Amino acid sequence: MKNIKFLLLGIFFAIVLSKSEAISWYRFYEMFKFQSFHMFGIIGGAVVISMFFMQLFKKGIIKDIKGNKIIPQPKEKGFIRTILGGTFFGLGWGISGACAAPIFVILGFKLIPALILLFGALLGAFIYGILSKKLPN
Amino acid sequence: MDFILQPWAWYVGGPLIAISLLLYFYFGRNFGASTNFDTLCTMAGAGKVSDYFKKDWKDRDFALMFVVGLIIGGVISAKYLIPNQTIDLNPKTVQELTELGFSNVGSQYFPDEIFGVESFLSIKGFLILLVSGIFVGFGTRYAGGCTSGHAITGLSNLELPSLLAVIGFFIGGMIATWFIIPILF
Repeated sequence: MKNIKFLLLGIFFAIVLSKSEAISWYRFYEMFKFQSFHMFGIIGGAVVISMFFMQLFKKGIIKDIKGNKIIPQPKEKGFIRTILGGTFFGLGWGISGACAAPIFVILGFKLIPALILLFGALLGAFIYGILSKKLPN
Repeated sequence: MDFILQPWAWYVGGPLIAISLLLYFYFGRNFGASTNFDTLCTMAGAGKVSDYFKKDWKDRDFALMFVVGLIIGGVISAKYLIPNQTIDLNPKTVQELTELGFSNVGSQYFPDEIFGVESFLSIKGFLILLVSGIFVGFGTRYAGGCTSGHAITGLSNLELPSLLAVIGFFIGGMIATWFIIPILF
């Protein structure tokens, strides 16, 4: 049961996303239309505070549960893959209002539509896996 | 109790997301959600078709527990913590969507025009969900991360690929809301 902490963290994160309306289709529509500050505030606020945490990780002030230094994995580089992949992701996100974590949270709200979204997302990841070596990076 | 049942403002949600990231790293792992799509494909046997999925999913059991937590948290929120899904939207948003044919805009988290029974049981509605899901799954793996992994973790760690990915997220999201949604509805 060493992973129960991740289960609890998942429950916590789902409640945060739900209560702050960050799983709502309308909030993303508003964000992409620049008609509300709400989502910019949530994401921006999360990023600014996380920057502060990252500094504490780097300086070794916050260590992980085992006392090891926390080193966030660097992201894979590649101009085309990040911009183009990001754009594909954004198209789906903009239409359905669901990104990766919220798809699972939405299962609790709208089971069948969320299952269709999830099946699509797995199919999308599967297509990527098959094409990964042929796609430009 | 009253605070729990009220919608939380951005200045509550933002910091609590940062705390989720902090805890994820404190527990010894990198914060993100979309790698689970790969893991679930692997568990479903995708490794038989592509080497890309030949990974040991047991290494990622912590992330699967996180996913189970997300689902449980969603159920708890929907059943007990959000008695009223009304959203205080910009009147301009409400007017725009109403003109597109959306009904009761902002009276619940998810519009019936996309998430309602009549919608997802129609071919068009089913395809809207399925194809947008495919875009999300394909895009996030191609870009190497999602909103949690790139927009929150990557940006806060000043990663250039994450900045590019987030620019992409916005290009795609804006194309979807400004041009595709008005065509679909």
